[in-house]
Amino acid sequence: MQAISSRTLVDIAAKKLASGEVSAVLGWKKGLFNYDVTPAVFTDEKDLAENFVYTDFCAANLSKYLVNETKKPEYRADNRKILVFLKPCDTYSFNQLLTEHRIHRNRVYVVAVPCNGMIDLTGAPYEKCVNCKSKKAVVYDELVGENGEVIDSNRFDEVERIEAMSAEERFAFWQNELSRCIRCNACRNVCPACTCEKCVFDNPASGLENKAISDSFEEKMFHIIRAFHVAGRCTDCGECSRVCPQHIPLHLLNRKLIKDMNEAYGEYQAGAVEGSRAPLVNYSENDIEPAEAVGKGGNNA
Amino acid sequence: MQVSEYKPRIVAFCCNWCSYAGADLAGNNRLNYPAEVKIIRVPCSCRVNPSFVLRAFQRGADGVIICGCHPGDCHYTSGNYYTRRRMAMLFSMLEYLGIEKERTRVEWVSAAEGAKFAATMNDFVETVAALGENKRLEDLRCKR
Repeated sequence: MQAISSRTLVDIAAKKLASGEVSAVLGWKKGLFNYDVTPAVFTDEKDLAENFVYTDFCAANLSKYLVNETKKPEYRADNRKILVFLKPCDTYSFNQLLTEHRIHRNRVYVVAVPCNGMIDLTGAPYEKCVNCKSKKAVVYDELVGENGEVIDSNRFDEVERIEAMSAEERFAFWQNELSRCIRCNACRNVCPACTCEKCVFDNPASGLENKAISDSFEEKMFHIIRAFHVAGRCTDCGECSRVCPQHIPLHLLNRKLIKDMNEAYGEYQAGAVEGSRAPLVNYSENDIEPAEAVGKGGNNA
Repeated sequence: MQVSEYKPRIVAFCCNWCSYAGADLAGNNRLNYPAEVKIIRVPCSCRVNPSFVLRAFQRGADGVIICGCHPGDCHYTSGNYYTRRRMAMLFSMLEYLGIEKERTRVEWVSAAEGAKFAATMNDFVETVAALGENKRLEDLRCKR
């Protein structure tokens, strides 16, 4: 159960809408069943009161929607803002988008809401919530309830377990996982770090644009390139794994890069501090050599 | 019919300002290195996008080596520092996916190090030959 009720949030949003300070509210809308909650934009108070929900099924990270929503002329009249509800982990993504100048900070009114973890339709908690990295909202205009703390989670345990395998086992593990990929691009579409105007996977000239996977190489290529494109910008929000219809643990690829970068170049949490410089767009004269970075795992037999 | 000996195919990305000239020097000095090494000249080792490495493997390379200027000697001041971080992360990722770590390498070779270039290539080809054909990152459509 969430500590904050839908009612509380509706009241906050309705007040802002009524005062004219915000032109739209980005939140979660209830569906036919209690579990099919979808992100939605609300522009009138009636709709808000009837359909807005904040329940255990509100796992969707709303920060990426702001990139497009804040550009829409209908919401930008009179310099009014868009109100958005962000859970603590979503605030990291929002901060990262601000760092990348993808969202105008002064067009958004952020309401940080506490989160007790989200569940999927079977009632199981999401992986990203089991290994929650922070209950602390890092950016907000208004805070509902109490702000939490950064959690010392065990999120790298699974990465370490895979690293400890032999090369053959690791290959078999990933072959098994990635071969299920249907290239639906859901992970790319939901990822708050994937906000390029023209994605490399949509560009016929890039040589990376493929539809259905016709060779096992392609699924590896897709996922390695995607993990790399978000390296240093991935806040580990776990949305990729949440939306994957094939249940591929995609977060393990991103976490591997985060773990490696933390170990080699010092602790870094994308989105924790606005304007911080990611490890891969930075360097030091005393960096480790590539040969030293590899070989931490099991033997290559 | 005679069965031909397995020869690995190696792609070497060489920086225009150092390793490429180093390869030239190796040739001028008549040092031997295997003909299986296919050199691709790049303006800086930093030009090598991780997808280039993957693409090389897809198109049939058994090993990929990136040669750049020694750290601190980059023609563009800092390119090779970025290469160092980027490739460290890429190689670690490939290893994580179970690709043999010996198939990838970064080596710093200056324009004056013809001997080092030849020695590096000999060693790399030998290492990759011992591993055999690249099976884990192959694309069957690109095989003949």
